[in-house]
Amino acid sequence: MGDGGRPLAQLRSLSERFPISVHGVGLSIGGESPLDEAHLDRLAHLVGWLKPASFSEHLAWSTHGGAFFNDLLPLPYTADTLNRVAAHIDQVQERLGRRMLLENPSSYLAFDTSTWSETDFLAELCRRTGCGLLLDVNNVFVSATNLGTSPQAYIDAYPLHEVGEIHVGGHDEDADDAGAPLLIDNHGAPVIDPVWRLLDIVLERTGPKPVLVEWDNDVPDWPVLGAEAERAQAALSRVQA
Amino acid sequence: MSTTVKTIAVAGAVAAAMAATSSSVSAQSKEKCYGVSLAGQNDCAAGPGTTCAGTSTVDYQGNAWTLVDAGTCESMDLPAMADGTERKGSLSALERDLPA
Amino acid sequence: MTVSQAHFCDALLDPAQPVPDGLTDGNGRPTTRRFNVYRNNVVVSLTDALATGFPVITRVLGRENINGLARLYLCDNPPDSPLMIRFGKNFPDFLSNLPQLAHLGYLGDVARLELALRRSYHAADSEAIDPATLGKMSPERLMDCRVTLAPAANVLRSNWPIHGIWRFNTEQNAPKPVPVAQDVLITRPGFDPVPYALPPGAATWLAALWQGETIGAAYDLALDDHPRFDLSAPLALLLSGQALISLTPKD
Repeated sequence: MGDGGRPLAQLRSLSERFPISVHGVGLSIGGESPLDEAHLDRLAHLVGWLKPASFSEHLAWSTHGGAFFNDLLPLPYTADTLNRVAAHIDQVQERLGRRMLLENPSSYLAFDTSTWSETDFLAELCRRTGCGLLLDVNNVFVSATNLGTSPQAYIDAYPLHEVGEIHVGGHDEDADDAGAPLLIDNHGAPVIDPVWRLLDIVLERTGPKPVLVEWDNDVPDWPVLGAEAERAQAALSRVQA
Repeated sequence: MSTTVKTIAVAGAVAAAMAATSSSVSAQSKEKCYGVSLAGQNDCAAGPGTTCAGTSTVDYQGNAWTLVDAGTCESMDLPAMADGTERKGSLSALERDLPA
Repeated sequence: MTVSQAHFCDALLDPAQPVPDGLTDGNGRPTTRRFNVYRNNVVVSLTDALATGFPVITRVLGRENINGLARLYLCDNPPDSPLMIRFGKNFPDFLSNLPQLAHLGYLGDVARLELALRRSYHAADSEAIDPATLGKMSPERLMDCRVTLAPAANVLRSNWPIHGIWRFNTEQNAPKPVPVAQDVLITRPGFDPVPYALPPGAATWLAALWQGETIGAAYDLALDDHPRFDLSAPLALLLSGQALISLTPKD
């Protein structure tokens, strides 16, 4: 998102050899405020020359009153939110001239006012806007644990036919006020076995999809990171005909 | 300075600058720069990046702060020198005119 | 009524405020520690961003002090853009104006240097002119030219030894800074910005070029500022730093 220099040169060089997936963190798609037009313009410019294989963002908000909080903040799943997020997705897809993918968040709490389940909410967004989904399997595990629900039930209810990309990643374990486990999606640890098993379940139903291992905090030496990528590749190989 | 003297000075400066430049790396190969910067060189210049990850470091509390001895400022031992300069103009005025 | 994002924000940045109503853990139990995950993500990630963006300031003051300063800074200066590469633009002024740091008068200018280096790193690419072009022009014609400087080039003036402080905190075995005023030119030949300490008068010459003066007019201004101004040093820095991207005759 800079104007030049090494980051763009590296990106240009990589894009000549690999398909690129652009994963946004700054659009604040769920924000009550209008989308940041200047940011949308920068994004459109980037997507215009880079021609990435995929563009994705998060079902979350991060900007309010002109202040950007650098975190993915949670949304109540209501009719109001649905209308707002759908309008923002329409705006992004129109501006970029392409379909985007929307990622399920890691939740640490929920809203009393929510009237939709997250899976129905995502399915309805796809139906209204034509967007696709990025399924973060670690986020499914983290949210289900934190909110006392079942990750398997989430996957069963999730519109898997809309999935265009899959993420796995590591998390940390803390405890809430009542001493219940509170998992934090920190991208700073190995993917745990239950998340790998969840990935297998998802891939069996979706068939091969691009899988990204998210490890961007406390990044380990290459052999450790490479082994995670190989494990994801092995999961993909099992479902490749 | 008269125009003639200035012209001679400029001609000399151009010759000196070109001589200094030809012996330096005037066309740094961009090819090698696609890699990561040398350790400690300028990679910090990239500044912060965004991430969609949360953090497990717990450190959100407290809006009070007192300076503690922790860095290199003590070892640099730079006295207040605001009066010891003949500088004209100001940083902010200059920065305003620079390309963003 | 669902909790508004305005209300959510207020509680995010002020740990003294109660957690907003209407949030749940799914079982009707208190959500303070859950809400604190978001508070923590915001403050820690932005504190890390400040420390990453100002490595020399962080070294000069120590990480403990940066952690405390970041809390104060964030209250009034949350990022105003999702572009974290631009975060911290008010940090130099914040450091200059903080009473607890008044005895370290150089901090603001050192932070300005760090911001300028970061801006240079991300600035648009440009193609420098061939230095031989200058040799082919008569001095009279050259003096009548205006120049365009690379977007990645930048000049800073300071009453403090900002280049010396920067070196002392980034290079091994760099000398201790001595108390002199230092002007700095940043150029980016390739991808890594490099700061150079400028000789007297050079910053005046460079600033005048940026303001659209011809090389000759800028030279006169620099001589007014410093009678022994030597044009060859800053000119060589511009050429070797690939910072001179065009020459345009005045008429």
